[in-house]
Amino acid sequence: MGNFDKKLERFWEIFIEHDGYVRVLTGLYNTIYIAVAGLAIGILIGTIIAIIRVSPKYNRLSKILDSLCVFYVGLFRGTPIVVQLLVAYYVMLPMLGINMPALSVCVIVFGLNSAAYVSEIMRSGILSVDPGQMEAGRALGLNYRVTMLKVVVPQAVKNIVPTLGNEFITLIKETSVVSFVGAADLYVAFNYIGSNSYEFMVPYLVMAIIYIVLVAIAALIIRQLERSLRKSDRRH
Amino acid sequence: MIDVINLRKTYGQLDVLKGITTTIRQGEKIAIIGPSGSGKSTFLRCLNRMEDPSSGSIIFNGQDITDRKVDINVHRRQMGMVFQHFNLFNNKTVLDNIMLAPVYLGLRELRRLKWQNRLIRLRNLLRSEKLPLHPITTSKAQIKAEARETAMRLLKRIGLEDKADVYPSTLSGGQKQRIAIVRALAMNPMVMLFDEPTSALDPEMVGEVLDLIRQLADEGMTMVIVTHEMGFAREVATRVLFMNEGSILEDDTPERIFTNPKHPRTQEFLSKVL
Repeated sequence: MGNFDKKLERFWEIFIEHDGYVRVLTGLYNTIYIAVAGLAIGILIGTIIAIIRVSPKYNRLSKILDSLCVFYVGLFRGTPIVVQLLVAYYVMLPMLGINMPALSVCVIVFGLNSAAYVSEIMRSGILSVDPGQMEAGRALGLNYRVTMLKVVVPQAVKNIVPTLGNEFITLIKETSVVSFVGAADLYVAFNYIGSNSYEFMVPYLVMAIIYIVLVAIAALIIRQLERSLRKSDRRH
Repeated sequence: MIDVINLRKTYGQLDVLKGITTTIRQGEKIAIIGPSGSGKSTFLRCLNRMEDPSSGSIIFNGQDITDRKVDINVHRRQMGMVFQHFNLFNNKTVLDNIMLAPVYLGLRELRRLKWQNRLIRLRNLLRSEKLPLHPITTSKAQIKAEARETAMRLLKRIGLEDKADVYPSTLSGGQKQRIAIVRALAMNPMVMLFDEPTSALDPEMVGEVLDLIRQLADEGMTMVIVTHEMGFAREVATRVLFMNEGSILEDDTPERIFTNPKHPRTQEFLSKVL
């Protein structure tokens, strides 16, 4: 640690003079972009999966769809996201003959991956609502869909939002593996600074701090959201 | 009004209802008593198909409602149900709890008629003899206003009009159950089904709920009550069914069931609970 000043100096030099900050900003943007777009896709597909999974299974089609969803969730929860990225980028795309930028592949894979987790979050959120609520709606002659939308889902949302926030934070941190397929995230940017200054201590330290700040901001937003949801609970 | 014919319900290997046949006539107040696990609640919940019977039929308003093709929702609107655990909608105020179903169904019917009129108008463009439109005498605002009026009248009746804008979590059990009862009444049902309406209440709140049910009975409402309140059953019911192990063992007036039960199982049960 003796020559920390010197290390800091080297870091600044690359960061400012050799356009290191441009790479860091790009990396930061990509990290946020993958996490936010991934979560958006995850919520979209996850909602569809959750609906299929909690709906009553009366006919053959709904049973088949349900098994497909179970398989999907098992597949994406059963493999590490790095493996999913590698398979998507180096196996699936060449096999299908598709040319796609690494960043887009990352968004899609993170979206598909988080869909599996989001669907489970939503499913358990819906299942945690007292079944009596659904019964009361049905007993009044409302159909399944209306009771779900007007009574069950509004109550489930209160259970879902905090857990969905955790999923978002996990996603932010997991984006640090996208360099495996050549997407430029924070790690790539700081690794560039490190290798150009022959000095990795400061870059990696700064990277850690940026992740912490990112997650702290995300946590703050989630807490505000939760609070506004809970407020509607306390109205008397 | 309701004819139950050879109703059976099985869960896997377990026979919960072993062929129940009975008739519920207009104006009758039927109390169903019996030990726990005798199938009382299952029987009640089959009447509006909250449980699907395994076989047998239930004829309500001349239609077999166990038929899968029947739109059960239409029939459920005629059968109010009150649950042991109240099941008020936690995300709605008391007033919205009562108004939800009437307003939703009213608005949906209005929308349906408006769409049909649009189609008729379109068809009329090509016809010389114009088809008549459905008369629409109500409006969105009117449906809501009427539902609100009904809800407030019902709340006033149970003395809880000041709780209209409150969420259920702030109410006592007795208040919740009385609101659950008027929520069902807001649909103008032909029959009320009560599934142990006082079993989850503190003893001091049982009275207010039973009073309300008694009032409904006096007004001539047809009702079926699964209950452990023997005194209440004896006083209010016009007929008592004693159920045991999925069958009706005795079906008689409260007078005869409580003073002179025929079946030894009924005698044994009553000697324990009275």
